[in-house]
This record gives sequence, C-alpha cells and structure tokens, in this order.
Amino acid sequence: MGSGSIGSADMILNIGPQHPATHGVLRLRIVVDGERLVSADPVIGYMHRGAEKLFEVRDYRQIIVLANRHDWLSAFSNELGVVLAAEELLGMEIPERATWTRTLLAELQRTLSHLVFLGSYPLELGAITPTFFAFHEREAIQAVLEELSGGRLHYMFNRVGGLKDDHPAGWLDRVTKAVADVRAGLADIEGLLMTNEILKARTVGVGVLSPELIKAYGVTGPIARASGVDVDLRRDAPYLAYGELFGEGGPGRVVTRTGGDAYARLSCLFEQTYNSLDIADACVARLSEMPRGPINQRLPKVLKVPEGETYAVVENSLGQNGYFLVSRGDKTPWRMKLRTASFNNIGVLVEMLPGNLVSDMVSIMGSMFFVVGDVDK
Amino acid sequence: MSERGFLPGVFKGLGITMKTMARPAVTHEYPDARPDLPPRSRGVIALVEENCTSCMLCARECPDWCIYIEGHKETIPATTPGGRERQRNVLDRFAIDYALCMYCGICVEVCPFDALYWSPQFEYAEFDIQDLLHEKERLGQWVQTVPVPPALDERAPDAAEVVSANKPPRVPRPAAAAGDATGAVSAAGEAPVRRERPAGGDRPARAERPAPEAAAGAPTDATTDAATPATRDAEPAAPPEPPEPAVPAEPPVAPEEETS
Amino acid sequence: MGAAMSVWEVVLRSVAVLAAFLVLPLLVGFMEHKVMAHMQARLGPMYAGGFHGWAQLIADAAKFVQKDDLLPTAADKGVFRLAPSLALIPYLVALAVVPLSPSIVGADAPASAVVVLAATAVGVLGGLMAGWASANKYSLLGGLRSAAQLIAYELPMVLAVASVALAAGTLSLTGIATEWRPWWLLWQLPAAFVFLAGGCAEIQRPPFDMPLADSEIVFGPYTEYSGLRFALFLLAEYAGIVLMSLLMSVMFLGAWHGPWSGPLGWLWTILKAVPIAFLFLWFRNSWPRLREDQLQRFAWLVLVPLALVQLLITAVGVVMMR
Repeated sequence: MGSGSIGSADMILNIGPQHPATHGVLRLRIVVDGERLVSADPVIGYMHRGAEKLFEVRDYRQIIVLANRHDWLSAFSNELGVVLAAEELLGMEIPERATWTRTLLAELQRTLSHLVFLGSYPLELGAITPTFFAFHEREAIQAVLEELSGGRLHYMFNRVGGLKDDHPAGWLDRVTKAVADVRAGLADIEGLLMTNEILKARTVGVGVLSPELIKAYGVTGPIARASGVDVDLRRDAPYLAYGELFGEGGPGRVVTRTGGDAYARLSCLFEQTYNSLDIADACVARLSEMPRGPINQRLPKVLKVPEGETYAVVENSLGQNGYFLVSRGDKTPWRMKLRTASFNNIGVLVEMLPGNLVSDMVSIMGSMFFVVGDVDK
Repeated sequence: MSERGFLPGVFKGLGITMKTMARPAVTHEYPDARPDLPPRSRGVIALVEENCTSCMLCARECPDWCIYIEGHKETIPATTPGGRERQRNVLDRFAIDYALCMYCGICVEVCPFDALYWSPQFEYAEFDIQDLLHEKERLGQWVQTVPVPPALDERAPDAAEVVSANKPPRVPRPAAAAGDATGAVSAAGEAPVRRERPAGGDRPARAERPAPEAAAGAPTDATTDAATPATRDAEPAAPPEPPEPAVPAEPPVAPEEETS
Repeated sequence: MGAAMSVWEVVLRSVAVLAAFLVLPLLVGFMEHKVMAHMQARLGPMYAGGFHGWAQLIADAAKFVQKDDLLPTAADKGVFRLAPSLALIPYLVALAVVPLSPSIVGADAPASAVVVLAATAVGVLGGLMAGWASANKYSLLGGLRSAAQLIAYELPMVLAVASVALAAGTLSLTGIATEWRPWWLLWQLPAAFVFLAGGCAEIQRPPFDMPLADSEIVFGPYTEYSGLRFALFLLAEYAGIVLMSLLMSVMFLGAWHGPWSGPLGWLWTILKAVPIAFLFLWFRNSWPRLREDQLQRFAWLVLVPLALVQLLITAVGVVMMR
C-alpha cells in the first residue's frame, strides 16, 4: 500500500490541538503516506491545569471542587476518589445511607459518561443523530442529579464522611423513572448503531488492541475489557457497596468482549451502560427500604487528616482512577497524586495508529473513550 | 459490509429516525419557556447584607478567591454608664467575581450567619467580563429569588438543629446570662426580638425573609449570636418556646445602638 | 431548443432557470433543517421568518455576506477564488436542461442526459481546485478524496443512465420521461438504485461524504473558505440534491405522468422529486459515513456489476418489445 515506492514524500499532519475529533485539545502529530499513517505521536499537556499542585494548597473540601473537574464527564466518581482516600486515612466509618447513595450516584455518573461517548463516537464516524438521542437521555439523569446536588456537571456533593445533603422527598422515585426512561432511550441509540452495516464496516477489526499491549500500557476500563482483560475494581477490589452488588445474585456484571476492536469497545460500553442502570435500580431499591439514618458525619471545623499515606482507586467510567494521598497531618494534603484512566488509554495510541488510514485513525481514537482534561490533569 | 441497501441493519436505523420524526420533539424553547430548576440549583449567590459580619470565612474558604470583602470597625459607645465600648464590623464592600467563581457552594456552606444563599437564577451573562463582578447591591437583589429548600426524604434524619431545638432548654444558662453585668438590659431587650423570629420570620417564604428580619432588628442579633446558624432551615419544626439561648463569644450588644 | 429563439425568450428562460436554481435549493435546505431536527427529536430553527424558521437560510446568507472573505497567504489565489463558482455553475447548467413537463424546460437539448452527466462531472473540479488551492493539508486530503470518489461513482451512474436511455430509445431527458411507463419502476429498479447511490456519492452526501468528513479532515476542501464563497459551496450541495432528485424523478419515476398531467405535469415532477430529496436527508440522519476505499469497493463490486446486469435486462426487454 501507499505511494512510498514511487518516491513521494511523507506528509506531517497535526491533528489538533484544535480538531473536531480530539474532544478538546489533544494534539496528534502524525506522519502520513497518502492517507496511511506511518507514525502517530500524541502530544499532550495543552490542558494541563496543575491539579495535583493545587491540591497541595487546598483543604479536603476545596480539593473536591478541583478534583471533579479533571474528567469533567465523571465529576462524581472523581470526587469519590478524593474522599475515599481521606476517609481511609481518617479511619472514618461512613453511614450506610451515604454509602448506598454514593454508589447510586457513581452508577448514574457512569451512565452519563458512557452516554456522551455513545453519542460522540458515532459522530466521529459521521452519524449525527445518536448524539442528540444520547444527550436527551443524559438530560433525564442530569435532572435528578441537579435536584439532589444543585449541579449539572460538577456536583460538588461528596464530603469527607458522606454527602452534603440528604435526598429531597420523592427523589428516589424520580431516579427510578429517569433510569427507566434512559433504558428505553438507549435501545434507540443501540438500534441506530450496533446492527448498522456501515458502522460495522468502520469498526469491526479496526484498531485491535491486544491484551499484551493493554497490560504493557496500563489500559483499563471498558477498553481493556473489550479485549477480554477481565478486570473491574467494582468486583475485584470492592469499595462503597459494590461488594454486595457484584456478589452472589447481585445485579453487577463485569462486561467483557473478546474482539478488542472498535466495535467490541462500543458494544462493551453499551452493555455496561445497561448494567449501570440495573445497579442504579438495585441501589434505589436498597435505599428505599433502609431505616432513617444520617447521610454524613459531623466534621470538625478544621479537618486535619492524620499523618500517613494511602492509595484509593476507583473504577471510573473510563477506567481506573487512583488517588495517592500523602498527609503530614495538615488540613491540606502534602501530596495528592492522580492516576487517571485517560492518560494511559491515550498512551497506547502510539502503538495502535500506525498503518491505519486517516479515517480509521478517527475511528480508533474515538473508540478509546478519553477526556482530554483527564489526560492532562 | 458493502451491501448497503439490502440488509436489515441499515433499515433499522432508517426506521428509528422515522419513528422519532413521528413523535413530538423534546426541545424546550428556552427564552420562551423557562426551565423549571430545582431549589438546590447553584445558579447565583445571593447576599443578605444585613446578616454579614464581614468575618471573611467565605472569602478565605473560596477555592479560587473570587470573593472580595472590605470592612471597617466601628466603635459603639457604651449604653449604660460605666459600660464597656464595643466594636462592630461594618461591611463596606462584598463582591463576587462570577468570572472566577467555580460554583462549588463552599462559601454558602461555611457562612455562619446565613448571609449567603444559592438561587437558581442563571441569566446574568454579560458582554463585558468585568460586569460579572457583582457588588453587594447586585448580590442583594438575588435574595428575592432564593427558593424554599426542598422537603427532605422521610428516611433522612432530623437536622441537627431540630434535634437540639427539641431538647429541653438548659436551665442554668439563662440565670447566668441574667446575672451577667452587662446582660441585664440587653437580655431583656433581646428576648422579645428572639421570640418574634419564628413567627415573624415566616420561613416558608424564605425569599422575603430579610426584610422582616431587618425590621425586627435580627441582623444585630446575628452579628453576635452564635446560635443563629443553628436555627437555619430548622424553624418549621422548632417549638414555639424561646430557643436555646446563645452562648456569645462576646457579650451581646444592645439592639438599640445596632439598629441606629 | 428551436433555432429561432428570440433574445427575449432566451432572457426569460435564463431568468426562470436561475430563479429555480436559487429557490429550490433553499426549499431543500429548509426541508433539511426540519427533517433533520425532527428525526433527532428537535425542532430546528424556529425564529427566522416567524413560521418554523422558514427564513433561516436567508438569514444565514445575510450572515455569510457580512463575513470576512479570508484568503490564506499560501493559497493559489486565482484558483482559490474560482473554485466555488466552478462547483456551483455546472449544476446551474445541468438544471437548465432538466424538464419539469414536456413544455417547461430551460433548454431542451437533444442529448440532455449526456449534458447533465458531463456538467455534473465538471462540478467535482470545484472541490478538487479548492482542495489544491487552499494550501492546507486537510483540504488536500479532501480534494484527493473527492477525486478518488469521482472514479467510484461516475461509471455506475453513466451505466444507469444508459439503461433508461436504451429503454426509451433516446438520450433526451424529455424523451425518456415521455416514453416512461409505470412498469419501468420495476424494470429499471436496479438502475434507479445505482443512480441513487451514485448520485449520493456525486453530491457528497452521507454516507458518502468522505471528501468533507468534518470529524476526520475538518471540512475537506472547504476548510479554508469563509463568507460568501463558503455559502456558494453550501448552495452547490443543496443544488446537487435538487438536481439529483429531479433527475431521479424524470428518469425513473415518470416525471409528469399522473392525473391531470396536462396542466399540472410540472407539479408532478417536483412532487416525485421530493421523496428522493427526503431520502438523501434520511440517509444522512440515520447512517454513519463509509471510508473512501469502502466506497470504491461498493462501487466496483456492487454498483458496476448491478448496472451491467441492468443494462443486460434492459437490452433483453427492448429487443423483446420491438
């Protein structure tokens, strides 16, 4: 393939930092021979906001404000990592209602995040309609999340020791309704895509990611599971209420595929979204039969986390997000290191892209489900 | 792959778009149809200026320092012969730069005197970024739009304030307050005001609250009354008897001077 | 096209064709706004013009006129300026020979089917020139893609037209439509399908919009264009839909054949073109985009053989009927 044999020069093409397929400011420096990629080099950091450094001069409540912004599609799960780390160092017991509400919100958050990708990935392949469907479904969940937390994207609802506020009256019923609506709407998005021959032509066998590469680059989340790497922290290292949900008879399933191609990743995402909705339903059922009880703990005016270090890791929507917290007993962390899923998931592009066409590059990149803020932090 | 026209997959897509077209659109025509936002929506921060003691807590807790507070101290002469002079903080400037604000709500959360509230209003876009700096007059106008907080789930525990308000009043304290050298007049002047609050405060219509409070001399109360935050959001359930008296850090100030 | 056409008649016909050329694409554009919106559970533009945003495209044109006409420093300036017109004018030429009824036609050329095919093939040059002259790598890729696409759809389209021309025994569009009989719907169905697919690729509509592919190569040849020149490209796209729909109507759907075809023939032609235009919009809303090489594969492995088979069927049919 290619025209190298007739002595034409390769072309260096900058995809981004401003390009429709990069969801922000990722830059790919690619060398193309005609339309075929010879090499691809992700250039990151255009959106570096120094989050980790800022954490060092913020107390644990202020960190939540910043932490929910690196992966802006899963703000709640990001907050969760921070508070889980702090609670672990504090040795704090979380009220049961807080644990289950957090689990519920984390799954709703996962649905929200997945819906964005279920809408935007087809957009990169030229299908415009799923985006609108997906954003409409998102609206239903965002409405209940806003009712609870006051925020649509940046909930700022976790606190060390629980959640900021209790449920408004009747909120759980509205969650149930939203979940049912989304489940119905999701079927339409799926119908537009998964059986479509054009979509299959663009994704089946495109960008196959081997389990070896996944392990070498630390790829996690739905992308890894689409290649048959059966890792999900919700089952393997349960936090919150996941131990029960993913246990015997629970609704939690670890969704895996074996194809490892873009189609498998998309299909994995679809099934995982359905599963998240099931888990959300289970959480609602559990919360509605729970006795009265607190949803947070009374904290001292100045919260100081005792000296020590811990690593809290959560299964975020896009993969494993780790929060390494080192405290010297101050009201701010001494160091808080972020391990974000997108960063590793982007790294493997170097291996995946060369040899593909420009069109497939977009198809592969879109199927890696990343958030640039989560890459650059 | 290429048999575009004859396989069901592509037709399924056509069917779904056609089905959607036959259904009504989901669009809300926004400027014509207003969104119905929940009461907790973080749209804009309203300032009840009378409640602010320029204690700077919000400005210090703000993660990106978008609150500007300036104030000065005023000396209030003693009300009784031989009494002590008091100092009082006067708020000169309170401004929030919405170009910087991250809408986290920490300021509202930390305010010990109920001076800050969230309002779901969001229509304050400006052509000039400098106009996003709202001074206290503008922040005060939002107060009218502050909604009543939602009722809580029946599984939610009583708020700490309700629990403490339901406790039997602690007996020794009022005696101690009455025995206080400066307390005799001020406690007498204060008590009727405090009794008025649950009735005059009219909690369900919280939006209108600042005005009656100002009339009742409540802000003066707030400047020194550490119990004020405890009554927040809890009054519908609060018993009509006088709430637990304050344990002021400083001795309370007589209301007459404050209102002047 | 009588030899003795007076100057006034020429002017009148030209103005009529130009008016149709300017109005019909706007109608298609409006239809696209609304169809697309409702297929996506939206409302689409609702303000411009009052009634369901009917004047949105006019408002857009007013906006485009006011925009700065940017010219990249490294661009091949003459070619860059010329490209939009070259993309647009061939469609105008082609539209001039498309009959709405036996009497309503801009210019009744004896081999109008050939004129249409030739003119639309020139239209692609506009995209090629824009792609080259923009001095932009994305534009270049887009230009080359549209050149590659040309190779894919042109042959099947010509074969499809050849089939109906053979069936009717004439190369004149008016003649083809006059000879049309309802059972041709079945007889010429494969040709109609080939022509529809080829036409979709010709006017670069999804699922064959690879030369534009906004998520891959930004906007292909149009990346560097702004203002009025960009608007011309957009107009060319809608004019393309108009032309392809009318051609489908004339060649495969029997144009003016229908009740009261005497006075209302032109209306029948247009009414039959509307569902075809709707199809183009429907495809766009329902399907993703193919890859350039997949289109080639589709064209050479499906469309060309299908068109050849159709030609054979047509030939057999013609022989048997004579």
